[in-house]
Amino acid sequence: MEKVMSNKGIIALYVLPSLLLIIAIIYLPIVLTGYYGLMQWDGISPMTFIGLENYSTLLHDEKFWSSVYHSFLFAVLSTVFLSVYMAVALVLSGNIRGANLFRKIYLLPMLLSSVAIAQLWLKIYHPTTGILNDFLTSLGVKETPEWLADPSIVLGALFVPILWQYAGFYILIYYAAFKNIPASLIEAARIDGASPIQIALRIKIPLISEVIKVTIVLAVVGSLKYFDLIYVMTDGGPNGASEVMASYMYHKAFRGFEFGYGSAIGFFLLLICLVATWGIRKLTETKDSIQYS
Amino acid sequence: MKRKMLAACTLILALVLVVTACGSGSNNGKKNSSPSSSDSGASKSSDEKITLKLMHLWPDGSNSAQNKVIKQIIEEYQNANPNVTIKTEVLENEQYKSKLKVLSASNDLPDVGFTWAAGFMEPYVKGNMFTSLDDLLQGDLKDKFVAGTTDGYAFDGKTYGLPVELNIVPVYYNKEIFAQNNLQPPQTLDDLKNIIKTLNDKGVTPITLGAKDAWTASFWYMYLVDRFGGPDLLDKSIASNTFSDPSLIEAAKQAQELVDMKAFVKGFNGLSNDEAKSEFMNGKAAMYAMGTWEVPNYTTNPDVPQEFKDKIGYFKFPTVSGGKGDVSDWVGGVGVGLFVSEKSKYKDEAKKFVSFFVQKWGEHSVTDAGIIPATKVDTTTVKLPQMFIDLLNELNTAKKVTLYADVQMKPVASEEHHNLVQALFGKAVTPEEFAKKQEDVLKAGK
Repeated sequence: MEKVMSNKGIIALYVLPSLLLIIAIIYLPIVLTGYYGLMQWDGISPMTFIGLENYSTLLHDEKFWSSVYHSFLFAVLSTVFLSVYMAVALVLSGNIRGANLFRKIYLLPMLLSSVAIAQLWLKIYHPTTGILNDFLTSLGVKETPEWLADPSIVLGALFVPILWQYAGFYILIYYAAFKNIPASLIEAARIDGASPIQIALRIKIPLISEVIKVTIVLAVVGSLKYFDLIYVMTDGGPNGASEVMASYMYHKAFRGFEFGYGSAIGFFLLLICLVATWGIRKLTETKDSIQYS
Repeated sequence: MKRKMLAACTLILALVLVVTACGSGSNNGKKNSSPSSSDSGASKSSDEKITLKLMHLWPDGSNSAQNKVIKQIIEEYQNANPNVTIKTEVLENEQYKSKLKVLSASNDLPDVGFTWAAGFMEPYVKGNMFTSLDDLLQGDLKDKFVAGTTDGYAFDGKTYGLPVELNIVPVYYNKEIFAQNNLQPPQTLDDLKNIIKTLNDKGVTPITLGAKDAWTASFWYMYLVDRFGGPDLLDKSIASNTFSDPSLIEAAKQAQELVDMKAFVKGFNGLSNDEAKSEFMNGKAAMYAMGTWEVPNYTTNPDVPQEFKDKIGYFKFPTVSGGKGDVSDWVGGVGVGLFVSEKSKYKDEAKKFVSFFVQKWGEHSVTDAGIIPATKVDTTTVKLPQMFIDLLNELNTAKKVTLYADVQMKPVASEEHHNLVQALFGKAVTPEEFAKKQEDVLKAGK
């Protein structure tokens, strides 16, 4: 076996099929998107080369920047909420009663498709017959909010189901990480007289710092390119109040017939995600990584 | 170690075999099907097996009447032409638009499909995606269409689409709710405002509107423009890329006044048209302005209870005192039309099908589905529900049918029109800003 794995030819043979697929399905379209971004193109008639004009329009496009703002707001919020998920995972991993059941309950939204979740929350948010406004009315609220129609609250109303959708995913990751910590370490701490809170803050969380870094990257990048729930629930509306980068790109390319411009937005989105990932890596870099085994 | 290697090799071999087996399987499939099409292509015999792809936008769930008529026409065509198989793909409105876009980008349009007129189809025509249907209009379908209905599909004197629907937008109302509150259909905008006040006092939603789909709010704005500024104002403004006429701003002001009066259902900017429609169908809202494609729901659709159908009437959008518009001016126009793809392998066969479709549609659509076709209907020979006959007569006496604003505009301007209408009705812009921004985007010419 070792002989096989050290043969470069064989390694190449094993890697080649997936490499080709990745190049054809991921890297080639990225390059093409960058190329289309330099064109004026309605998606149908021949393209004309316009250089960086799309990008300079982009820099002065107020609507685009408001969508960038929304995306970043969402990214920050998702990252902040990671701490909540971590707290839940900490409690669940502490061998409490019914932990198994709760874990499944939290995971449930992840099993639903985004469109189903969107439909569910559309019903919840319905201004007159929705369960949320019914509840508020029963509490005596006279002017119940128009959750998805009021530009000042629509973004917040959208974040709730999206956070809810991914909660289970992050809780599961953290749960697994906490469960992976050797019991001997915890026991040693307990014998030394550490309180449960001290154990959590000083031992458990530092030990899973690598996992935390990964989840931060996942949360930020996932938020920046988020599309599905927003598309189904508000379609970026009303008047762009819930537009995020990906939905703006979709609207420009598919509704406005500006494929060149849409491609430029897509490429820009990719750059932003790359920079964000790199930035997070830099910020969370530690010299001595903690190891246990 | 040797054993492990052997096992690994065997596994790989097995995998390779499975993969190649799959590959050859699909090759065989292709081989089987290709000879028939290639030899008959040479001989042009009538038993050539042809599969035509048809894409339409009437899913069984939401537009069952249209869906049934299409199925019936296809069946009749296949019976008359046993060598032709027609494969349909059905998508809901918005998804249909997106998919059409994607398919055209990959040169993979269906042989026959539906398109909207004017601004929507312009890029497709310019991109040489649709084929000219003039030979049909000169031949089989000569003088079959209502005058002027194919104009929206013509570019540089050639017609690229054949309309199947002609729609106008009446305001439907619930007679029962009106009777309970001693209300009469409004003649003037002031009447309408009084009705709105009365209904709001009683806690009934006056008008349901799904402005998440902004074109529905555009109907209201367009009618106000017509009633204030007269029948040609909107067409002229869009054609000349100016949007500064005082009537355009006055109409925007009135739209916001209606919003202030709580004329529209709560949260309308977040509701889709379907959600808004259900408020009307459930009898919770008193009025609903929508195209005549909804009429089957109030007349022939077997899924809607008869007692609800009996409650529904319609009125023409009220006039305003001192306005230039007439009560017989309508917002509306041709709906979708059939196109034949320029890249279709069986263009002649596809055209034959389109011609057949248009004629059969003219026969079936009114009587079976209650849809007003763009071809001429002889109202004396067909038996129709009363609401239909009334509306067909309205159409005959219409002074002007203003084509939907978003269809008239080019894609970018149209998309921005949707945003601006939402902003106007959501009071995020002033009427003046609304007009200014609309003019800016029209001037950009995209």
